[in-house]
Amino acid sequence: MNTELIKNLAMNDNGFIFDPSSGYSYSANELGIYILRLLNEGQSKEEIIATIAAEYEVTPDNISSDIDHYFLMLESLDLLEL
Amino acid sequence: MSSYPSLAAYDINIAVSGLKTGDNPQPGVPVIRSLKAAGFAGKSIALVYDSMESGIYVEGLADAAFLMPYPSAGAEAFLNRIDQILQIIRIDVIIPTLDAEIIQYIRLEKELQKRGIKTFLPSEECFLLRDKTKLASYFPPLGISVPDTFLVSDIENIPSGGGDYRYPLMVKGRYYEAFKACNAIEARQYFYSIAERWGLPIIFQKMVPGEEYNIVIVGDGEGGMLGMVAQKKLVITDKGKGFGGVVVKNVALEDFARRTIDALKWRGACELEVMMDSDGTCHLIEINPRFPAWVRLAEGAGQNQPALTVLGALGEPLKSLSEAKTGTMFIRHAEDIIADISQMGNLTVQSQIIKR
Repeated sequence: MNTELIKNLAMNDNGFIFDPSSGYSYSANELGIYILRLLNEGQSKEEIIATIAAEYEVTPDNISSDIDHYFLMLESLDLLEL
Repeated sequence: MSSYPSLAAYDINIAVSGLKTGDNPQPGVPVIRSLKAAGFAGKSIALVYDSMESGIYVEGLADAAFLMPYPSAGAEAFLNRIDQILQIIRIDVIIPTLDAEIIQYIRLEKELQKRGIKTFLPSEECFLLRDKTKLASYFPPLGISVPDTFLVSDIENIPSGGGDYRYPLMVKGRYYEAFKACNAIEARQYFYSIAERWGLPIIFQKMVPGEEYNIVIVGDGEGGMLGMVAQKKLVITDKGKGFGGVVVKNVALEDFARRTIDALKWRGACELEVMMDSDGTCHLIEINPRFPAWVRLAEGAGQNQPALTVLGALGEPLKSLSEAKTGTMFIRHAEDIIADISQMGNLTVQSQIIKR
């Protein structure tokens, strides 16, 4: 998984995301921003699922398909290479 | 923010053309605003072609405005008018901002210098290399991609839609205007409408799918860039004009701009229009030989390029501007300007307005 593009993103706590290389901007909710920050820290998908499962008191199975969907969306926006 | 380049210490008057704002704004008003932001306290002189150029009437912008003969009237008419103006007010530097007049300023550089007027413009050879009709022949051999281009001077030669040139195609005038033609019938309509306003040939260009970026640059004339700000348009009008944009930093774009300016040895202001395809390859669409109307974005991002060109015109040693602040955005705001009709009357009857 290549997260180099995410490292360049400017994000603020309100959920606004700006890609300085393309000029595109996006918005995400609190969890979306949190996942991007975890990717920025270098966590793998499995580690992110474990981190969120622990933080939000859910099982990994409950959230893995949502995380998959989010990653696919990031890939379709050319922000992540899976 | 850097105080370079500052114009505060210079007792000079600067003339600028292209004061029209509105739905298709010219660069003169933002250029004057950037000069003032650099501490310029001399007289701002508007050289206008039309009494309805709205910037004339903006309070605190131009200290004087003079009607100019159209470039088609020729060098003699132009110099005669300049001589008349010089009897009224001193001009030290001129920043021309309209495509169709730049060549005249380049050719008359020495005549203007004799009159104490300086410019910061490219050589004539360099200027002609970036002409829309030459772009596709000069740059590709130098490794700078330009979409395939086809010049049409006879309506019978408009591409039928078969062969290499399939629709949609861009149909462009030599100086201004560009339309997307979806078929040969639309192309014929655009051919007539552009030819009537801007003459022949008409440029047919293959469309490159991708993202459009615009880059404002001040070249040093030796292949280097003294300033460079790239923007992505955020708001586009139905005429295709960018009414909002954001500064981007993209290594591929910067490299492409650097190679283009190096190939051209451009001196002074220009704007590159670039399409970046899905592979990240850049294609040169146009080089406009002057500041764009969005040049205040460069100033807002920390690069006062108009002020730098004044220093260049004055022959001062030039330093490269500091890197533009990524994420700086602009959004254009239209405003009604209130003035007394007598001002327009003065300009129409006496061909001049002196405010200060």
